[in-house]
Amino acid sequence: MSGQVMEKGPAGKGAGNRPILQVEDLRTHFFTRAGVVKAVDGVSFSVERGEIVGLVGESGSGKSVTGFSLIGLVDPPGRIVSGSIKLDGEELVGRSDAEMRSLRGARIAMVFQDPMMTLNPVLKIGTQMRLALTAHERVSDSAARDRAADALTRVGIPDARARLDAYPHQFSGGMRQRVAIAIALLHGTEVIVADEPTTALDVSIQAQILSEVRELAREIGTSLVWISHDLATVSSLASRLLVMYAGRIVEEGPVATVLRDPRHPYTAGLLRSLPATAKPGTELDQIPGSAPSLLALPEGCPFRPRCDRAGDACLSDPPVSSAGDRGFRCHYPIDAGAPA
Amino acid sequence: MNGGAHMSGSGRPNGDAGGFIEVRDVYKRFSPHLTLGDRIAAKFGARVETRSVRAVDGISLAIARGETLGLVGESGCGKSTLGRIIAGIMEPTAGTVAVDGAPVMADGAKADTRVQMIFQDPFASLDPRMRVGDIIAEGPLAHGLVGKADSEDYVAGNLTRAGLDPAFADRFPHQFSGGQRQRIAIARALAMQPDVLVCDEPVASLDVSIQAQIVNLFLKLRRELSITLIFISHDLSIVRHVSDHVAIMYLGRIVESGPTETVYSDPKHPYTQGLLESVPKLVLDEKELVQLKPIVGEIPSPLAPPAGCHFNPRCPVAIDRCRSEDPVLRRIRGDQYAACHLVEAEA
Repeated sequence: MSGQVMEKGPAGKGAGNRPILQVEDLRTHFFTRAGVVKAVDGVSFSVERGEIVGLVGESGSGKSVTGFSLIGLVDPPGRIVSGSIKLDGEELVGRSDAEMRSLRGARIAMVFQDPMMTLNPVLKIGTQMRLALTAHERVSDSAARDRAADALTRVGIPDARARLDAYPHQFSGGMRQRVAIAIALLHGTEVIVADEPTTALDVSIQAQILSEVRELAREIGTSLVWISHDLATVSSLASRLLVMYAGRIVEEGPVATVLRDPRHPYTAGLLRSLPATAKPGTELDQIPGSAPSLLALPEGCPFRPRCDRAGDACLSDPPVSSAGDRGFRCHYPIDAGAPA
Repeated sequence: MNGGAHMSGSGRPNGDAGGFIEVRDVYKRFSPHLTLGDRIAAKFGARVETRSVRAVDGISLAIARGETLGLVGESGCGKSTLGRIIAGIMEPTAGTVAVDGAPVMADGAKADTRVQMIFQDPFASLDPRMRVGDIIAEGPLAHGLVGKADSEDYVAGNLTRAGLDPAFADRFPHQFSGGQRQRIAIARALAMQPDVLVCDEPVASLDVSIQAQIVNLFLKLRRELSITLIFISHDLSIVRHVSDHVAIMYLGRIVESGPTETVYSDPKHPYTQGLLESVPKLVLDEKELVQLKPIVGEIPSPLAPPAGCHFNPRCPVAIDRCRSEDPVLRRIRGDQYAACHLVEAEA
């Protein structure tokens, strides 16, 4: 959204300290028989070193496709049609599959929602971790075992060395997700893209993983893009929040500031619809209607048909406004400091 | 396991007047189906799973008419199994469920239509080859709640009540979004004129903005039809919002129950405390460092629950007694009950 804003940086870092990940006007479209689905349509953001950024949106908002675009895993009929993704200054868009493969897992990795789908069910955990290691460097078997055991210990798996000989089905869901995170961390990865990594887990297990991930990010300095539909999860983990709707980032800023003082009507509506913000038993504020089909987006602002602040201006694309470390894309933003 | 330990009941004690739904000492075991070959192999020391899962392990509940009970717990705690038993679509291994004094199940079959169920996944619970109108009319026609001539109006009325356009009756389920499908499932349940609705994770598969719409629909139905709701969910904030009473389950047993606000504001059982601490909260102040105090360890396999209090291996305050003796669900104060050796009853 507002790359320039971000370069100044909320923490006022020096100019030489460029963000580890910089996304400019990314567009990922799917060319289907029914038409062109603009799943990601002009997304810009940046991630500082060691920063955890939360990317929040509902289904169909393009948050997962954004994640897949970052690690170069968009399958046909989809492709990145324009824009730029820079990892530590190096352009990723337009790289060959082979080049991306050498980056993936080594410098940028992804953790998926369902750890049963990411782990190979017929290989021991130790074997899978060794393969992940030898894909990018020459390591002896015994050194690979040592590093794999270290990585498992780091994500809170007890008795890690013995667990290397276990198969994925012998782990619980939470443990499997820990293994997936350990694999992502094997190479001192600079950026991890995590797509709904705790959604499939129980509340008590989710809390364990959240607190471990927070510790790890702080210790290792890995940057995280944490994709989720759950504002509360993101707010307890991330320092900055990006809110997506219909393929675009509609609001961004420091997590607590955005949640306390949302400027975009969609963010505000989402917050008001949470039971946590309402008195028990009372009617929840609901956003009317449902998310638009990406095949037939309304003209102008895609949130217009559901928005209670919409006016004539919303028939044209809303401008990006930015102030300090905040940014939002709306013709009629909510006043700063207005009661939500 | 000494099943008798849970006889004393929960929710509110059984036997009191006003128990519209009475769940009494319900057990449900899922035993592996062993062939003769399996049995012989097991005899000779082969590794054949012979243990059974105690999905519901001695639960008693009383729910008043028009009340909403939230049934909370993590995966494998037995909340869905208990819901299905109350709905009469699954037979308990032992124990009884009665609604308004009459059992919901007789001779192992669902006895009547007073309890209806709404499932988590509206993509799986609606027949894709039936029109919405037929989906809704099928039950009432079969049970003679409506005549063929009036069924169209009847369907239209129920669609409207669920917040849908009556014209949708001619469409097929695939033409609807998840939220609308859940409304169709609700309309189908309402068409049976039930006294009780068992809702199993009814909003878990929906987007946040759609969740609010469906939660509001439940609140409205409860207000207008004075229907009794059993709301099964793992989402503690939604349960708090819709329920009058809650029962917290862990590995087949109720560990705590009581009026929702009492339990949420002053949980007594260590598991309830840990669970409430585990829920991520919206952080509105950047200076506030979010403290996550997760419960340690994993949920044990329901095939081999720990002896004594099932929660003892993860409990921060467990003592020796917890490892050997089953705690009984007993009154702590008012309507709040907890099954913990270390919680003292208050006067």
